[in-house]
Amino acid sequence: MDKLIEYLQFPFVRYALIVGVLIALCSSLLGVTLVLKRFSFIGDGLSHVAFGAIAIAGILRVESSMVVVLPVTVISAILLLRQGQNAKIKGDAAIAMISVGALAVGYLLMNIFSTSSNLTGDVCSTLFGSFSILTLSKTEVVLCIVLSVLVLAIFMFFYNKIFAVTFDEAFSRSAGVDAGAYNLLIAVIIAVIIVLAMNLVGSLLISALVIFPALSAMRLFKSFKSVTVCSGVLASLCAFLGMVISILAGTPVGSTIVGVQILVFFVCMLLGRT
Amino acid sequence: MSLLKAEGLSLGYDSQAIIEDLSFTVNAGDYLCVVGENGSGKTTLIKTLLRLTKPLAGSISYGDGLLANEIGYLPQQTVVQRDFPASVKEIVYSGLQGRCGLRPRYTREEKELARENMERMGVTDFADKCYRELSGGQQQRVLLARALCAAEKILLLDEPVSGLDPVVTADMYSLIEKLNREGITIIMVSHDVIAAVRYASHILYIGNTVFFGTKEEFRKSDQGRRFLLLEEQMHG
Ligand SMILES: Nc1ncnc2c1ncn2[C@@H]1O[C@H](COP(=O)(O)OP(=O)(O)OP(=O)(O)O)[C@@H](O)[C@H]1O
Ligand SMILES: [Mg+2]
Repeated sequence: MDKLIEYLQFPFVRYALIVGVLIALCSSLLGVTLVLKRFSFIGDGLSHVAFGAIAIAGILRVESSMVVVLPVTVISAILLLRQGQNAKIKGDAAIAMISVGALAVGYLLMNIFSTSSNLTGDVCSTLFGSFSILTLSKTEVVLCIVLSVLVLAIFMFFYNKIFAVTFDEAFSRSAGVDAGAYNLLIAVIIAVIIVLAMNLVGSLLISALVIFPALSAMRLFKSFKSVTVCSGVLASLCAFLGMVISILAGTPVGSTIVGVQILVFFVCMLLGRT
Repeated sequence: MSLLKAEGLSLGYDSQAIIEDLSFTVNAGDYLCVVGENGSGKTTLIKTLLRLTKPLAGSISYGDGLLANEIGYLPQQTVVQRDFPASVKEIVYSGLQGRCGLRPRYTREEKELARENMERMGVTDFADKCYRELSGGQQQRVLLARALCAAEKILLLDEPVSGLDPVVTADMYSLIEKLNREGITIIMVSHDVIAAVRYASHILYIGNTVFFGTKEEFRKSDQGRRFLLLEEQMHG
């Protein structure tokens, strides 16, 4: 406990905790929509694209990798969504192709152009997040907070629409709702969330951040609102706990948070049975 | 002026026509039943009327200033909905979406309308219950309440009684009949030709041949006679 208080003296630790909880909260909100719309594979594909983008950002030596990663991921999200709606081309196969492709090319590029002496370490931290949350620059912290708040605001503003489009797209369209625009909005938000969450848990573990809280909440609650609120609460708690544990025990942030989420998922599953 | 007029419609996907040269009119207060075998293109027709898919050829004109968001729609059920965490209230409210534009919250009048429609469909008692835990018949009534929130003028129902037992089916039919008598135009897809002839005012048969006319005309037509004979044989 003393150790924790001692750590909290450092502003960067406090920033990390705030940013981490915000990111986890944002990721969880759209989880329900992704799971139910069978979009979760898009999230997975995008996280790999983001990995490739990070490699490119590394080569270009831009100050903050987010400047490259954010637009690349957003554009990929839009393209993947288009693919998914095209019944002719097998949507999931296309996504699998893009996602492993990005992973492989990203690693290749890193290998060819890297100047770092610790390449394996770099790759590992991009994939699994390591402690990068504690090493965020001030700009990145601000950017993370701004983006998270933006995502939260947009989600709350369009909450009813997102529900309607998720529940029954054909009906929403028939009632004159521009479902295409909202699908696009959802895809863009996912992309932003993935770029954000990359800082916290690394690209391989992002899907966990998006999916676990929603699945846990769906065991316990039966209405969209309660599931959404519950998954937000669970995500924030798990992220906070996970980060505190990782600071105290010296474990990697990303996998610790996901570990806590898995535990919570099983607890919810048991509670949901009764 | 008619509410809806289809002229020389060709329907299909990827320029593969399923139905060709389909013409019919629907007037305010009509009760049109669309019958035909599985895969004959009934759902496709409904989706085209809703402007969800484009016709390959031909045109649909909407009269009496009928706007897209004045049409209520009851879809043929999809699998995705079945494990969706949503309360009855949330679903019925979502029928109000078309009225909202960009406005994020529902107004008091809209909520009142949703409440009335839940009352009308007899689903008020389980307003806070989970949709997926309702019986098939209750679910259909919830979706009907949602469709009513979307539109007062015309309802498009895609197989509203599929999978329901005879008693609940009869309930559903009388509910729809009641709505029709209250002045709502009905276009309903059904496999049940007997019920179609009993409740509808007009019949549209699609299949190898196309028939459109009043139910009296349908009874006398070749398609109608063949179908009704078939049904009689099946039910003894
Ligand atoms: N999205 C689609 N893309 C391509 N073909 C489709 C699509 N949807 C339906 N079809 C085809 O169009 C034909 C008509 O389908 P439709 O769903 O309209 O039939 P239906 O009359 O509603 O059948 P049912 O009674 O089983 O509901 C079928 O042969 C089907 O395979
Ligand atoms: Mg159908």
